[in-house]
Amino acid sequence: MVPLIGRSLILLSLLTAAAGAIVAFTAGSRRSVVGAAWARRFAYTYAALISAANFLMIYALIVHDFTVGYVAQVGSRSTPLWVTISSLWSSLEGSILFWGLVLGVYVFVATWSCRKHYPEHLPYAIAVWLATGAFFSFLLAGPAQPFHTVLNPPFDGPGPNPLLQNHLLMVAHPPFLYLGYVGMTIPFGLASAALLVGRLGHEFLKPLRTWLLVPWTFLSVAIVMGGWWAYEVLGWGGYWAWDPVENASFLPWLTATAALHSALVMERRAILKGWTVTLVMASFLLTILGTFMTRSGVFNSVHSFTQSSIGPTILAYLAVALIWSVIILAMRVDHLAAEGRIESGQSREGAFLANNLLFVLFTFTVLIGTVFPLVVEATRGVQMSVGSPYFNRMSVPIGVALLFLMGVGPALPWGRATKQQMIKALVPPAIGGVILLAIGFAVGARNPWTLLTLFFGGYTAQVTLKEMWRPLIQRIKGGAGVGSALVEGQLLRGRRRFAAYIIHAAVVVIIVSIAISSTMQKSKEVQFVKGQSATIGPYELTFLGAESVNEGHREGIIAHMAVKKNGKPDGEIAPRMNYYAMSKDPIGTPEVRTTLTHDLYLSIMNIDEASQTVGLHLIINPMVGWIWICTGVMAFGGIMAIWPTKSRRNEAILRDAAQARGGEAVVES
Amino acid sequence: MSEPVMNDAPATRKASSRNKWAAVGALGVAALAFLLITVSGIGDNLVYYWTPSDLQANSAKAVGATIRLGGMVKPGSISGGKNGSTLEFDVTDYKSSVHVKSTGVPPQMFREEIGVVVEGTMTEAGYFESNRLMVSHGNEYRAPKNGEHPDVKTLMKSTEGLD
Repeated sequence: MVPLIGRSLILLSLLTAAAGAIVAFTAGSRRSVVGAAWARRFAYTYAALISAANFLMIYALIVHDFTVGYVAQVGSRSTPLWVTISSLWSSLEGSILFWGLVLGVYVFVATWSCRKHYPEHLPYAIAVWLATGAFFSFLLAGPAQPFHTVLNPPFDGPGPNPLLQNHLLMVAHPPFLYLGYVGMTIPFGLASAALLVGRLGHEFLKPLRTWLLVPWTFLSVAIVMGGWWAYEVLGWGGYWAWDPVENASFLPWLTATAALHSALVMERRAILKGWTVTLVMASFLLTILGTFMTRSGVFNSVHSFTQSSIGPTILAYLAVALIWSVIILAMRVDHLAAEGRIESGQSREGAFLANNLLFVLFTFTVLIGTVFPLVVEATRGVQMSVGSPYFNRMSVPIGVALLFLMGVGPALPWGRATKQQMIKALVPPAIGGVILLAIGFAVGARNPWTLLTLFFGGYTAQVTLKEMWRPLIQRIKGGAGVGSALVEGQLLRGRRRFAAYIIHAAVVVIIVSIAISSTMQKSKEVQFVKGQSATIGPYELTFLGAESVNEGHREGIIAHMAVKKNGKPDGEIAPRMNYYAMSKDPIGTPEVRTTLTHDLYLSIMNIDEASQTVGLHLIINPMVGWIWICTGVMAFGGIMAIWPTKSRRNEAILRDAAQARGGEAVVES
Repeated sequence: MSEPVMNDAPATRKASSRNKWAAVGALGVAALAFLLITVSGIGDNLVYYWTPSDLQANSAKAVGATIRLGGMVKPGSISGGKNGSTLEFDVTDYKSSVHVKSTGVPPQMFREEIGVVVEGTMTEAGYFESNRLMVSHGNEYRAPKNGEHPDVKTLMKSTEGLD
C-alpha cells in the first residue's frame, strides 16, 4: 500500500512540476496575471506533493515497512531513531527524494515571499524552479525510484552505511549541503527571469541577493561541517583533502561568494549586471556538476557511498541547463546594460573587481584539477588523480591575495581614492598585521606563507573591526546615546553592513586557523602495550587497557588512555573502534580533545583486546577549534543579513540608499 | 558587456576602445599564463592508480612517480611490522606481484588475502616504498577469484581513508 501511494505522489509531483513549468513560462511571456496566479498554484501544489512523498518515506522508515524498496535497502530494526530518520538521505534514492523535499520547501517559501512583487519576473522564475523540480521527480519516477514494491519483504534490513551511522554530524551535514545546493536553484531561476524579462534593476536586486545569501550561508556551514565530520570520524587528523567531492561543494561556494560581492557593486554603481547573473548561473550549474560527481560514483572518494546509473541522466541534465544558460545569456545579456561605470581602479569597486577575478581564477583552478582525471580516464583509459600538493600550491597564493583584498576593499572609498586615502587605507592597519605576525613568530610559525597569511590577516582584521563599529562611533560622536547608536547603527539601519563585517571577521580567523593548523601540526604513530606511555607536545599518554562494549546496533573496542598535561593528571581519553551489525569491517572513531589553542587528536590504527595492545596515531592540531567556532559566527552573520526587515522601514532604507548611491560612502554600504 | 557611453567625444571613445583592447589582451596573456601554471602544476602532482601488472608494464616511469598501487596481500608474504620494524609484504593481482616496504603502523584489518592500496613510489632497488597503507573497506568488495583481474578502481572506491 505505502509503495503504491508513494509512487502516485511522485508521479503527480512530476506531472504538476512539468505542467506548472509550461504554464508559468507561458504566463511570463504573455504577461498574463491569471497565468501567473496559476503558476503560483502549481508551485504550491508541487511543494505539497513532494513533501508528502517525503513524509510518507519517513513514516515507512520509522514503522520499518520493508515492503518499500528503499526501506528494505537501508532500514534496520536495531538502529536508534535518529539513524532511522537520517537514513532518508543515506543512500541514493532517498537522497534524491530528500532533494525534492528541500526544493519543494524553497519553491514554496520563495514563491510566497515574492508573490506580491515582481509580477513580470516571478512567472519565469517559477518556470525554471518547476522545470528543475520536474527533472528530480523524473529521476524519482524512473532511475532512482525509492518506492518500488518488495514482493517478499525481509524481516530486517542492513541499516545505512556504517560510516554514516558513526557520528551525529552526519545527520546534519547532508541536509545543510542540500539546503545549500538545492537553494542555488532559486537565484538561478531569478537570474534567468531577469534575463528573460530583460531588466535587472534596483528592486529586483533585493530578492536575488537574499536568495543567493540563503543557500550561500547553508553551503558555507555544510562545507565546514563536512570537514568537521571527516576530522571527527575518518581519523587521519585533517579536515580537508581536496577530495573531488569536497571540491564539488567548494566550487559553487566560490562563484556564489563572487556573485554576492559583484551584486554589491551592482547595487552601488549599476554595473556588472550581466557578470553577476553569469556568476549566479555558474553557481547553479556547479551544484549540478557536484551532484553528478557525488552521485554517479565516477570518483574514487570516501564519498562514494552511492554508485549508480543515474550519472548519465544527471550529466544530460547538466548539459541542458548549461545550454539553456548560455543561450539566454547570449540572447538577452545586452538588455542588462550597465548604467554607470568604474571611475578608477583605486577604489572599493576596483578591489571588488579584483576579488571577483580571483574568485573565478580559484574556481577554474579547482575545477581543472578536479575534472582532469575524469577527462584523462575517458580519453586514454588511464586511472589517476591530481594530488593535493597541486591544489595547495595553487590555492594558497590566491587565498592570501583574497585575504588582502578583504582588508583593502573596505578600507578604500567608493569612486576614486585620493593619494591620502590610499595611504590611510594601507598604512595604519598594517600595525595590526605586524602585531599578528609578531605573535605568530613568537609561537614558532616559520612557514613563509603562514607568516604572510598572519600579516594580511592582522591587516584585514584591523580594517574589519574598524569598519564594523564605524556607524556606532559616528553616531556617538554625533551626540547619540550609546544604546540608541547601537540599535540604530548596528542592528537596524546598518544591519546588513554589520552582518557582512561579522562574516569577514570570522573568515579572517578561519583562514588564519587553516594556515596555522596545516603548517604547525605535530604527529606521530605509536604502538602501545598495556601500561606503556608516550609523549607528544605537553601531553603524556598512558595506555590503561582495551575494553569491549556492546551497544545493540554496534559493538566497540575502547582504548583507555590516561592523560597528563604538563605533568598534571588531566582525565582520560577513549578513542574506539566500532563494529556494526551488518558489516564485518570495523570503523575507527578518533577522540578529539579541543582546547582554545589546539586539539589533542587520538586515532586508533589497530587494537587487540586479547594481547592488550593498541596502535595509535597521536596528533596535536593547533587552532582547529576556531574553524568550527567561526563558522558558527559566519552562520550567525548570514542569518543577520537575511533576516527580513519590516517592509516600510526597508523601503525607507532602500530610498536612502538610492539617494546615497554614487555619492559619499555613508552608513549603509 | 557593452557600456553605452552617450555624451562622449569621438576621441575619448577611441581611447576607451583602445583601452578595451589592451584590457582584453592583458586578460588573454594572464589566462594563458594561468593555464600554463595550472597544467604544469597538475603534471607535477599526478597520482597514478596502478595494479602490479600496470606497474611492471610501466617500470621505467614508476621510479619517483607517485603511485597508488592496488591489489591483494599475497598469502605468506607478510613480515615485520611489529615494534616499529618495517612492514614488508607482496601486493599481487595474481599475474604479477610487487614487493612493498611500508613505514608506519598497519591498520586494524590488515591481513593476508585482503585488498590493499599502498601509496608511495618505486625505488631503483626494485621494491615499492610506501608511506601510506590503506585497507579495502566496504561490504560490497569481494576478493577476486584466482586468475581474475581485480579492478583497481573498485578496490580504490572501497578503501577507507582515501582522500
